[in-house]
Amino acid sequence: MKALILLSSLGVISLLAEIFSFKKLLYPLVLLGLTVAFVLNIGEWNTNVTYFKMMQFDNYAVAFTSLIIVVAFLWFLMAEGFFKDETNQTDHYSLVLFALVGAVLMVSYTNMTMLFLGIEILSIPMYILAGSKKGDIQSNEAAFKYLIMGAFATGFLLFGITLVYGSTGSFNLEEIKNAVSVPGTVPSIFYVGVLLMLVGMSFKVSAAPFHFWAPDVYQGAPTMITAFMATIVKTAAMAAFLRLFDDTFHRVEATWAHVLWIMTALTLLTGNITAVFQTTTKRMLAYSSVAHAGYMLLALLAANGYSSSSILFYTLAYSIGSIATFCIISIVANAKGDDGIHSFNGLAKTNPLLAGVMTIALLSLAGIPPTAGFFAKYFIFTSAFMAGNVGLVLIAILASLIGVYYYFRIIIAMYFKEKASEEEIQVDMNHKLLLIVVAFAIIALGLFPDAVIRLL
Amino acid sequence: MITLLLIFFPLVAALLLLFVKGQQVRNMALGAAIIEFAIVVFALTQYQQGNTTQFEVSYNWINSLGITFHVGMDGISLLMVLLTTFLVPIIILTSFNREYSNPSYFYSLLLAMQFALVGVFVSLDGFLFYIFWELALIPIYFICLLWGGENRARITFKFFVYTLSGSLLMLGGLIYLYLHTSGTHTFNIQALYLAGQSLDMAHQGFVFWAMFMAFAIKMPIFPFHTWQPDTYTVAPTPGTMMLSGIMLKMGTYGVIRWLLPVVPLGVQDWANVAIGLSVIGIVYASCIAIVQKDFKRLIAYSSIAHVGLISAGILSANVQGVQGAMIQMLSHGVNVVGLFFIADIIQKRFNTRDIASLGGIRNLNPQFAVLFLIVLLGSVALPLTNGFIGEFLLLNGVYQFNAWAAAFAGLSVILGAVYMLRSYQSVMLGETNSITTSFPPLTGSEKGVLLILCAAIIGFGVYPKPLLDIAEPSVVKLVEGVRLAMGK
Repeated sequence: MKALILLSSLGVISLLAEIFSFKKLLYPLVLLGLTVAFVLNIGEWNTNVTYFKMMQFDNYAVAFTSLIIVVAFLWFLMAEGFFKDETNQTDHYSLVLFALVGAVLMVSYTNMTMLFLGIEILSIPMYILAGSKKGDIQSNEAAFKYLIMGAFATGFLLFGITLVYGSTGSFNLEEIKNAVSVPGTVPSIFYVGVLLMLVGMSFKVSAAPFHFWAPDVYQGAPTMITAFMATIVKTAAMAAFLRLFDDTFHRVEATWAHVLWIMTALTLLTGNITAVFQTTTKRMLAYSSVAHAGYMLLALLAANGYSSSSILFYTLAYSIGSIATFCIISIVANAKGDDGIHSFNGLAKTNPLLAGVMTIALLSLAGIPPTAGFFAKYFIFTSAFMAGNVGLVLIAILASLIGVYYYFRIIIAMYFKEKASEEEIQVDMNHKLLLIVVAFAIIALGLFPDAVIRLL
Repeated sequence: MITLLLIFFPLVAALLLLFVKGQQVRNMALGAAIIEFAIVVFALTQYQQGNTTQFEVSYNWINSLGITFHVGMDGISLLMVLLTTFLVPIIILTSFNREYSNPSYFYSLLLAMQFALVGVFVSLDGFLFYIFWELALIPIYFICLLWGGENRARITFKFFVYTLSGSLLMLGGLIYLYLHTSGTHTFNIQALYLAGQSLDMAHQGFVFWAMFMAFAIKMPIFPFHTWQPDTYTVAPTPGTMMLSGIMLKMGTYGVIRWLLPVVPLGVQDWANVAIGLSVIGIVYASCIAIVQKDFKRLIAYSSIAHVGLISAGILSANVQGVQGAMIQMLSHGVNVVGLFFIADIIQKRFNTRDIASLGGIRNLNPQFAVLFLIVLLGSVALPLTNGFIGEFLLLNGVYQFNAWAAAFAGLSVILGAVYMLRSYQSVMLGETNSITTSFPPLTGSEKGVLLILCAAIIGFGVYPKPLLDIAEPSVVKLVEGVRLAMGK
């Protein structure tokens, strides 16, 4: 809760920076604020305080909030340039910070109104940020598409919430759970509501067949914002999804489990297969992000004691892997003026550091040991195995083999293809530092996954 | 402690080598590999003859999933580690006759691979085994990708995906066993043995295929061998040697340690099919080897034939078969490294490996001809060379399982002699031609490697007892346990 308050204040402060002209101080201030928020948030571990029956900072919420803050911190380190070039930088700071506030709400809600508010607080800044390259037509398209599709999703979600409220008489998750505890007494519109909410949430995590917005938006938005969407937005949406379905709607699992089974299989296959045919890295990562949502849905569907810890680990592994890849993609694309896979040709010879970190990150995304990504997949598969979803695990294994194919295309381009130019790409010191830290984190999480997995 | 040193010393050396510039890095790599070999020799002196697991170390690693860092060596593991650490310095020495670009990466990857290979052979935890198994793949992939020949991107990628799919199936099998361990789930090897043996025959059959696929692809067994000839041909020679000399043994070792005792009934149920495939592979690969034009490719196919016999021997699940496999793994490691090195020496001098266009080399350099002949005779299993004892025991083991299988497997000896002697005749004998005009004398490192290998071939062929004794008690214990579970 303290982190939530601090993040909101930071957002307001950054709006004031323009008026009181301390714009230059804003960047260190935000980093400091995030550090403090992280510490305050850790302090709430094991306290399990409920606020007005609206939000609950149990260990689940604290763990995901910490994860979001850590990733946000890394994101800010990566995205310094995004704030430098722009004339309206204070707006951008505050929009990002408010989006973080929304993300924190989404992982800690115990009331469906808070879920809705969280999603909206997160989404509206993202609509704006996706279009923040105002002169670029693709960026505008991305923002517009994201807005329309997002509005649709919200519509579904709201409709679902209404029906659930109508049939149970409450927005509170605990009360809804109790109201449906006796089978046979639940009005049928409740089930319709649950399914509508499932559709709404699937939009947000970009699960097939509701993923069509993702590639265009990911490609059109500024790379830094794409990275934000792939990491923080996905984490928050997944955590919210899990909180709702694995706890509140768990008793009516029969209603949604089959639907989700099919959606998971579809997401895994379409995401991975379509990614194979992409020629630009950002679009490829967009489809891979769809695929990763599929793996996480596997754990959600398992709905057992391992789901939350495995999703926590997965989102962490996926987020830091994505931070590294997007950082390198933006560096390479800036230098070469193009984010096609061929831009990476011969990178290993000109920039061994970039190529090395990219390799580690891609191996992690592909799930090859001893990286974090391997254990992430391993935990997910084990939890699905325990729930008896053997068929889905087999599909997921097949899908990850396809995944290896397209991730390795970049690796092969970096090490094998002839370089286009001799020129070494200049990389800032902080980016270098960030990449080294992230690479170490990926390996360290792969060697000692227990540190995170035993939290939940 | 000694096991930990054995595992991590190559890794530390590999990381340090990254910071060395220039070609002198190869001397350092050689030094590191020799030190590693010395550690194994020291371990041998400390090893107490018997069937127990020694040098055991166990640390908690991932508590919540019952995964421990549990390593140790019995006779079987020790022999495999001995083979690995004996071959790696030799392989590094063979690389001295070529200059590789970015040598620090090259040697670092070689040592990193040694780290993973040793890890595979000493793991006593199913999950740890899997991790090392996968880890071994990454360095060799990059060795082939960065320093390989034509078309390497496509071929090495095929190799990578092939082996990765096998590994994932094995992981599925391991998880399945893990979920059937009693009490708190664990990946401990003994617990997995119990879990596997408690399954009924049909379920053991599923686990058998899940795990066997991984091993069969690695070895490779017909019909999962299609990645192998291309990869062996395209890889740089040291990479080919690592692949054929050591990495192939991961598969055979996996069958001995992680398949026979885990699902004995599954093995019993499916041995016909698996041995059948192995024997088909022997005949098939030998026939293809006969018509090969490229000498390196010929060796690759001969390797499929040899490993088919090893696999058939192990799967027949009797002491002779498994003990023969242990010996043949050592011999094959030494011989195949020798053969690939000879192919490399020839290619370096004449820029071709085409068997038909060579000839008369014996007239140019009789010394080389003799060394080549010794390696070749080891490979065709002439008595008093190292290949003989292994093949004899293997055929004996297979015969106990099924006489017909043994009869067909025995063809490997005859066909092996055919393609090997024919290629020797074509390459070394006859008149010199326009390509083989002159043969620069063997360099010091080349001569050194060939002499060491020939000494090993003859020494092991004449007096194999010391090495046989290391593994025998462990093999007997393992096979007896398996046969007991099979109800024999």
